Amino acid sequence: MYKIVDKRQLNKDVDLMVVKAPFVSRKCEPGQFIILRADDNSERIPLTIADYDREEDTVTIIYQVVGYSTQVLRTKEIGESVKDFVGPLGQPSELKKHKRVLGIAGGVGAAPLYPQIKKLHEMGVEVDVIIGGRSDEYIILEDEFKKICHNIYFATNDGSKGKKGFVTDVLNDLLDNGEQYEEVIAIGPLIMMKAVVSITKPLNIPTAVSLNPVMIDGTGMCGGCRVTVGDETKFACVDGPDFDGLLVDFDECMRRQNMYRDQEDHVCRVGLEGGQKNA
Amino acid sequence: MPNMSSEKVKMPEQDPIKRGKNFDEVALGYTLEQAIEEAKRCLQCKTKPCVSGCPVNVPIPEFIKLVEEGKIEEAYKTITKENALPAICGRVCPQESQCEGLCVRAKKGEAVGVGRLERFVADYYMENVKTENEEIEQLDIKVAVVGAGPAGLTCAGELAKKGYKVTVFEALHELGGVLMYGIPEFRLPKALVAKEVQTIIDMGVEINKNVVVGRSITVDELLEEGYKAVFVGSGAGLPKFLGLEGENLNGVYSANEFLTRVNLMKAYDFPSNPTPVKIGKKVAVVGGGNVAMDAARTALRLGAEDVYIVYRRSEEELPARLEEVHHAKEEGIDLKLLNNPTKIIGNDEGWVTGLECIKMELGEPDDSGRRRPKAVEGSEFVLSVDTVVIAIGQSPNPLIRQTTTGLNVEDWGGIIVEEETMETSKDYVYAGGDVVTGAATVILAMGAGKQAAEAIHKKLLELQV
Repeated sequence: MYKIVDKRQLNKDVDLMVVKAPFVSRKCEPGQFIILRADDNSERIPLTIADYDREEDTVTIIYQVVGYSTQVLRTKEIGESVKDFVGPLGQPSELKKHKRVLGIAGGVGAAPLYPQIKKLHEMGVEVDVIIGGRSDEYIILEDEFKKICHNIYFATNDGSKGKKGFVTDVLNDLLDNGEQYEEVIAIGPLIMMKAVVSITKPLNIPTAVSLNPVMIDGTGMCGGCRVTVGDETKFACVDGPDFDGLLVDFDECMRRQNMYRDQEDHVCRVGLEGGQKNA
Repeated sequence: MPNMSSEKVKMPEQDPIKRGKNFDEVALGYTLEQAIEEAKRCLQCKTKPCVSGCPVNVPIPEFIKLVEEGKIEEAYKTITKENALPAICGRVCPQESQCEGLCVRAKKGEAVGVGRLERFVADYYMENVKTENEEIEQLDIKVAVVGAGPAGLTCAGELAKKGYKVTVFEALHELGGVLMYGIPEFRLPKALVAKEVQTIIDMGVEINKNVVVGRSITVDELLEEGYKAVFVGSGAGLPKFLGLEGENLNGVYSANEFLTRVNLMKAYDFPSNPTPVKIGKKVAVVGGGNVAMDAARTALRLGAEDVYIVYRRSEEELPARLEEVHHAKEEGIDLKLLNNPTKIIGNDEGWVTGLECIKMELGEPDDSGRRRPKAVEGSEFVLSVDTVVIAIGQSPNPLIRQTTTGLNVEDWGGIIVEEETMETSKDYVYAGGDVVTGAATVILAMGAGKQAAEAIHKKLLELQV
């Protein structure tokens, strides 16, 4: 059992949880993820690691409440435990010591983006960040990002914070203004990552994306998380979750991610991190 | 009086039509009377050919003699001296190619039902006898075991018997490995696996679930942390795909994903259990091994109307256990033999609509000794299906070989070991089971775990002197 040492609600749909998990906290690096089961009857949910504390043996996860298992997770209070918490899984992000990088996050995608930006900041890279969400309320980790970013921009669907529109509108503005980035890291719903790549690809700006497809075990066993990158089939759990966005077949990813949609609407969502549907 | 019947005492089974709709066990097991009657068919030969066919050397005639005398508790103890998981082995071992394949009675009629008797003894003991653990003298020596499948659990149990402090590291949230995620309930009830695994834990083995060796901790770090030896039994958990067009369409599963959803995550009980599985009306399973049979029969139980096994050789070469092929046919699984898939066809929404196959014929024997299948040119046809399960085997999971220094591996990923000792190229690191052989049987993995335990014991004893 893995004890919950801190928990708070970030907005109506999204919670942050800090869990005691020594095997994970000692080893994890930005870009990696965990799989948890809230209780005996829950699914195995993959969630990216938002932060970690090696001295306290803790790992921070941020999740959107979308189905049965995340609802169960939300009912868990500080002092209680989650049943299973395994990791770190996946390859750590390959963070390069560029001069200038742009991070783009949609919804809870800000959670996996944060440790990568934090690490880049520690490496001395100048980072700008665009964070998008449905409205002001859905922008998460603003204060945390502010501490480590050079510039921070916002985009909301209703215009309640930053630009009214999408993160890609802000991206276009920045590029139109002549801003130059050696790399873009985009994490959020597939449709958002695809839209970002449609802008960066013609300009040949390297773009890393983080995929979070349906998976069960997270160790390469089930093959459910296969994605086409370039001409190859890759397993997101062991080859990813980060991939070269310019090569990812997003249409196939979106199709595969919707495989269980009708059943999910019925009772639950499997193996999907919430934000990919909205934001 | 020996029973000279040329046939085994029949084991009661669920009716094929009825069982195609439930996940209850197919074979129901012997009663005490039936077991004694079958035990009487054993001729108690001095040469014991059956034992030489058993990868873990169960003293077969001895335990059968005890069954005949009605001494079931003693029969159990005789088996478990060599085999810690008899209820499992009695159900899933390929007996026809092992013990029973060498039985003298098989020359004229059917072999003695060794598997059925082993199963009976284990079930009877678990139901009727209260286990007492013997006191074991404890050694202050730590050994780590990677993977709680048949190989790892056997190795752990054997070492615990000798007094070692054994810690098992398991990546999943349940113990048993393929016994839990792979083999379906109707062939191997999960409660029984849990019970049999518990007998090993009760020997004082410590269990660490949710630890992925190679990620959460490495083999090198285990050695640094004071484990004097490490046994790697991480299995063959990397599914093979065909590399065909359309393989990433919705509705295409690896057998691992399909069976894990159903067995480990209990998708058969959806929506009472939250993990779903998508199964269509027409299902093609590609492959001819036990896993393919399991996937096909599972699909049937989940409501599929037409279930095909697509296999490129003929029935004679099917690698699955005879009993499973027989059960599958009885239940109405349609064997599409001498057919090889060439393409998976999908609709505009990305869902599978068909499996294109080409007919095959058998040519000269190949390296495997089996006749090589050749495509019959121009014989392509499309099997109309909405689900395809790929069950053509697994290769070893790469995490351990990628993260362990000094470990020699084969090109295809298997860890290289000394045949006798299961010792790898790295000092104090042993390996066995599917991670060494590629996907094989439960009993071979157990045999390897046992051999490794002996070798580890010998090595660590030398160290102490």
